[in-house]
Amino acid sequence: MNPRRLFHLSAVFTMLGLLAFGGGTAVLPEMQYVTVHTYKWLTDPQFRSIYSLGQISPGPNMLMVLLIGYRLSGAAGAIAVGLAFFIPDCVIALLANRLWAHFHDTPWQRAVQRGLAPIAIGLMVSGTWAIARLSIINAFTLAEAVMVFAILMWRHVNPAVLVIVGGLAYALLGPH
Amino acid sequence: MALFKVFLACGAYSFGGGVVAYLRDYLIEGSNMLDDDEFLASLEISETIPGLISVNMAVVVGDTLRGIPGAAVAVAGMMIPGTTLVMTLGILWQAQGHAYPAVSHFLLGVAAAAVGLLTVTFIHIGKKQLTQLPDAIIVVLTFLATGIFRFPLWAIFLTIAPLSIWLYRPMPHRMKKHEGEHLPFHRGARHHLLRH
Repeated sequence: MNPRRLFHLSAVFTMLGLLAFGGGTAVLPEMQYVTVHTYKWLTDPQFRSIYSLGQISPGPNMLMVLLIGYRLSGAAGAIAVGLAFFIPDCVIALLANRLWAHFHDTPWQRAVQRGLAPIAIGLMVSGTWAIARLSIINAFTLAEAVMVFAILMWRHVNPAVLVIVGGLAYALLGPH
Repeated sequence: MALFKVFLACGAYSFGGGVVAYLRDYLIEGSNMLDDDEFLASLEISETIPGLISVNMAVVVGDTLRGIPGAAVAVAGMMIPGTTLVMTLGILWQAQGHAYPAVSHFLLGVAAAAVGLLTVTFIHIGKKQLTQLPDAIIVVLTFLATGIFRFPLWAIFLTIAPLSIWLYRPMPHRMKKHEGEHLPFHRGARHHLLRH
């Protein structure tokens, strides 16, 4: 356990948590860039695998951040990253809930809400793009993504089932 | 305690996202803890602030019903099942995963399938932003800046975000015209997040 690294991890994930407008997907590109390119804590395939482990677990997908902490600094790393990523946002949510009555329906509150909405969508598109660049590496993976897209667009299926089937299909039938 | 159970159930059953849809079922129909309006008001707060919508919902609903202890209990309930599973899988993966290529292949297939899911999600959530101006331009600019040119996220919040908010700054003639359609996301019974 390295205190400097723990501090570093906490600082990075506090920043990522505070910038997560539009939910977890919105910070995926930044998280990937910082952990893989800036600090070289992970490789691209490791980041992709950690993302997938979060995807097949229940609850918020962004619990994947715990695994980044665990991989780098063991249990202490997982705890540090978990606290850094989630606690500041929880405090903001608490304050927002208490103060909402004051801001609600004021003209500037609407402007902020309205103005940040397209930013949040743009960040979600970038998050999708980041995972696509890591995982669409051949015709098989492309076909899987397109099939899941088509099914969910026009049918009501539990996405978790499709994601697991996608994993099994690649393990059993995909090009290795 | 009832609050903890509701959020524990949501945290445990919400595989593959859709946490908000489960919350709605449990909080409104299952337990009568909230009515529709209270639920949507909580959702509006949770969407506006940074952080995961599901965790924000736990804080906001927990705090509204039982104060800070309520918020703490709700967040704990929401996170415990997923944390347990993700850590178990992660520890196994880190210790043994590399010995079995099939594990890596499985995880690659999961990520590829998730791309399809993520695409559907942003299309549903962003229906309005993707189909009207000037929102669509801001979406594209944000994507190009962060996805393609890899500008750091804080730079977006210093440039495009203030510009976008300025575009929607309060203006007297707009107040009446846009009355009732100021909400960023499609809201109501057919809210995109209420789909399972």
